[in-house]
Amino acid sequence: MELLDASLLGWSRAQFALTAMYHWLFVPLTLGLGVIMSIMETLYYRTGNEEWKKATKFWMTLFGVNFAIGVATGIILEFEFGTNWSNYSWFVGDIFGAPLAIEGIMAFFMEATFISIMFFGWNKVGKGFHLASTWLTVIGATLSALWILVANAWMQYPVGMEFNPDMSRNEMIDFWSILFSPVAMNKFSHTVLSGWVQGALFVIGISGWFLIKKRNIQFSLKSMKVGAVFGLIAIVLLIYTGDGSAFHVSQKQPMKLAAMEGLYKGKEKANIIAVGMLNGDKKAYNDSIDPFIFKIDVPIPGLLSFLGYRDINAFVPGIQDIIDGGYMVKDASGNGKPALSFVEKQTSGMKAKDALAGYQQAMAVKDTATAEVHKAVLKDNYSNFGYAYLEKPEDLIPNVPMVFYSFHIMVGLGMFFLLLFAVVLFFVYKKKIENMKWLNWVAVWSIPLGYVAGQVGWIVAEVGRQPWAIQDVLPVQAAVSDISSGSVIITFSLFAVLFTALLVAELRIMFKQIKKGPEAEH
Amino acid sequence: MITYSFLQHYWWFIISLLGGILVFLLFVQGGQSMLFSLAKTDDERRLLVNVLGRKWEYTFTTLVTFGGAFFASFPLFYSTSFGGAYWVWMAILFCFILQAVSYEFQSKPGNVFGKTTYQVFLFINGLLGTILLGAAVATFFTGSDFVVNKGNITSSFQPVISSWGNSWHGLEALLNVRNWLLGLAVFFLARTLASLFFINRLNNDALEIRSRKAVVINAIPFLVFFLSFVIWTLLAEGFAVDPTTGVVTMEKYKYFTNLIEMPVVLILFLLGVVGVLWGIAGTVVKPGFKKGIWFAGAGTILAVCSLFLVAGYNNTSFYPSTGDLQSSLTIFNSSSSEFTLKAMSIVSILIPFVVAYIFYAWRAMEKKRTDIEDIKSDGHAY
Ligand code: HDD
Ligand code: HEM
Ligand code: HEM
Repeated sequence: MELLDASLLGWSRAQFALTAMYHWLFVPLTLGLGVIMSIMETLYYRTGNEEWKKATKFWMTLFGVNFAIGVATGIILEFEFGTNWSNYSWFVGDIFGAPLAIEGIMAFFMEATFISIMFFGWNKVGKGFHLASTWLTVIGATLSALWILVANAWMQYPVGMEFNPDMSRNEMIDFWSILFSPVAMNKFSHTVLSGWVQGALFVIGISGWFLIKKRNIQFSLKSMKVGAVFGLIAIVLLIYTGDGSAFHVSQKQPMKLAAMEGLYKGKEKANIIAVGMLNGDKKAYNDSIDPFIFKIDVPIPGLLSFLGYRDINAFVPGIQDIIDGGYMVKDASGNGKPALSFVEKQTSGMKAKDALAGYQQAMAVKDTATAEVHKAVLKDNYSNFGYAYLEKPEDLIPNVPMVFYSFHIMVGLGMFFLLLFAVVLFFVYKKKIENMKWLNWVAVWSIPLGYVAGQVGWIVAEVGRQPWAIQDVLPVQAAVSDISSGSVIITFSLFAVLFTALLVAELRIMFKQIKKGPEAEH
Repeated sequence: MITYSFLQHYWWFIISLLGGILVFLLFVQGGQSMLFSLAKTDDERRLLVNVLGRKWEYTFTTLVTFGGAFFASFPLFYSTSFGGAYWVWMAILFCFILQAVSYEFQSKPGNVFGKTTYQVFLFINGLLGTILLGAAVATFFTGSDFVVNKGNITSSFQPVISSWGNSWHGLEALLNVRNWLLGLAVFFLARTLASLFFINRLNNDALEIRSRKAVVINAIPFLVFFLSFVIWTLLAEGFAVDPTTGVVTMEKYKYFTNLIEMPVVLILFLLGVVGVLWGIAGTVVKPGFKKGIWFAGAGTILAVCSLFLVAGYNNTSFYPSTGDLQSSLTIFNSSSSEFTLKAMSIVSILIPFVVAYIFYAWRAMEKKRTDIEDIKSDGHAY
């Protein structure tokens, strides 16, 4: 048996992050562009205007190229839970496997079936059937997002489960509370909307490029209009759900919130930082060095308190508070109680773990009386189970700079996109957009910014929850498979090379197809 | 009565069925492995690529769903096998990743690597994907080398539940001849099915003549490898589980006994084999016979499904450990909780609807056989 070395964990995380982030390069466009082209086909269906059909087909070709590589990068993620997070797969597989299976049955087959009608059925099936197929493809894609995000949200906020000490695993006891967990619903909305925003940026950016080149004017103006209206609606809802995300994070993952805002010492009436630069000299979470070289707050006092607790005077705990404990939190029934410190949680976690070992030993010799005693202790302390695997308070702190900067880039870009869609829409209606070179260039360059926003969003969510694979219950070091780090280094490198090669091919194909433009037959 | 045991059996049946459907759909991979031998001109190859290209998503999605369903219903298998036989599964995944982009990218300008490269990717997927999947399934009968200890979760230094017994991480399965037999059987079966599929779908005389030859050329090695595997397995020792204690022991003729003790499975298996043979023989004997794929396809589903059932039902370990017999996985000790299986069973009611719309869509798209003119006039053709 190989020893679980530290680099194994690092490489396993790196591999998951690499493959997930590649997957996320393609998924948002599927979600967003999918809806936009479906809207265009609906317009074609209702007006019979061939221009709309041409536009639909153009965007559909790009959709297809993007979709293929999204599928290629998705399959590996699913199996990576088994190959690289095998302990995790047993420990929570009873709950976590279900969404993945449902996703396959409900969503992927729907996509796979109707996408072939969408691409190859133009002359084979009726107009209505074709339109339905296009929408069903997108609905399939969105459903797949739903199930995988339910799974992901559950990791951040594990509900509907109970630990079974005989099996050493968590078991599902309530399906609906997992599906309809507020975190899951919010995450689904926010993430799918972010895909819509990216799709809209893509459409207005490419249309802007055609306008700059003074070609395909009618097509571009039509696409621009659909893209800007859709984008504006999506970004407003996106910001609204982003506020929901922050609210849930502060309730369920206060450490992530503290990292997002670089908040070491908690405060009441806490502000949100608009821009800031972290101080590299800060070495320990409890030293007295100011974490910021400079920062500018958003000029609305108590905004962070309000965002997190819906109360501008609320106390927002910082990293140090979360480790030291003692501040007041609400328990399940809404009563105030002092928060436990790291050490108290660790002690409680150790109790749980020892009780589990004791329970299993007692059961092995059929000593049910002793087993019951252990079981009761385990139950009382289970909510801190994962802390038993941590050694020191620092283990609890995610990478603060990464989370902080990522969060602020995401929010900043969100505000910028709001402005962008509004301005573009304004000039589309004023019928001036055609000659506004600068604005069209801004639209072109906003395409990559959309991708940046999506990627950093996931960094906030996933890096911010470290060290937890399952919040408070299973840290990543107890989740990983027992393989050599050498093996993971090899597969990591293969993925890096392969996915990069495929990405380069995808981008070149995209550029060629865009240059060809909608006039060409697709 | 819906008992826990019933649910475990039900889910093993679903897994078996998905396994059967997956092997049938591997005809896409079989066809990919023949791109360079069956087609003599670029047009012919383009035709083959395009008829396969309208089906590849089904195979791919079935593989994904097979994985997901296995995870949800038998998570201990998922964690033990995928994390343990790392290299086998990674190799399988790599060649499916290659497949997923190859259809869409190969004819598009600017694809960097050129058409031939993507067709070679398809070929690799056809060759490795089938052989490795077959070999991986063979380990259900031949065993692997791993240890499972659920109590390890309380260990501070190494909280690992499943660990593999050697550092080959799955590659050692390729040292076992029996695994190769099934791997090669699946490979040649996929090619046989692909030939039957082409006969059914194509409107092209030259390709049809060659496909008919290919049926014979591939069916013979398929039968040799398949029968060798089956006979060897029926005569071999199997991994029997004591239903009351859960203790695993080696039992002579276990798989043969399973077939005898489960006559329904035996009948399914024989029906499956007859279906496959019927599809092949009919095509070989009757020059006008084009429906071989339906018989052979249905036969494949039945035969593979019943092989899975033999591996998991009747108190047998479906994922045996040769390294530590008592770590062997059974449908009882590796399944999800009763609640989860029940919830998933409700979801499984959707499966017939999925099958129905797939069938409907397939029919709507396949009103006539395809020829190269159809491809040339289709705006989205690969
Ligand atoms: C176009 C992309 C995009 C844009 C402009 C925004 N987001 Fe976002 N955000 C995402 C794309 C995204 C995402 C990629 O979809 C994430 C990653 C994980 C998730 O649930 O959604 C995410 C996560 C995420 C999280 C972490 C959730 C978690 O940890 O579970 C928070 C708190 C926010 N967002 C908040 C916001 C706010 C307040 C925004 C205001 C403008 C905003 N986001 C704009
Ligand atoms: C496609 C969008 C996603 C992106 C871009 C993404 C990004 C990341 C990143 C950057 C990490 C590494 C964090 C670190 O190790 O410091 C990570 C880890 C991880 N994520 Fe995600 N993630 C995505 C979706 C998901 C989903 C939907 C799930 C679950 C269903 C998930 C489960 C995990 C797991 C298990 C790990 C490894 C354990 C860990 O390091 O926490 N991710 N992800
Ligand atoms: C770690 C978590 C994830 C896993 C295991 C995963 C798994 C997969 C798999 C296996 C496929 C290919 C399906 C097929 O056969 O067609 C796929 C595609 C897809 N996934 Fe993911 N996925 C993950 C994250 C996400 C996230 C976070 C989203 C959306 C919010 C998403 C949305 C999609 C969509 C829309 C597709 C369709 C294909 C495409 O977009 O190119 N996935 N995913």
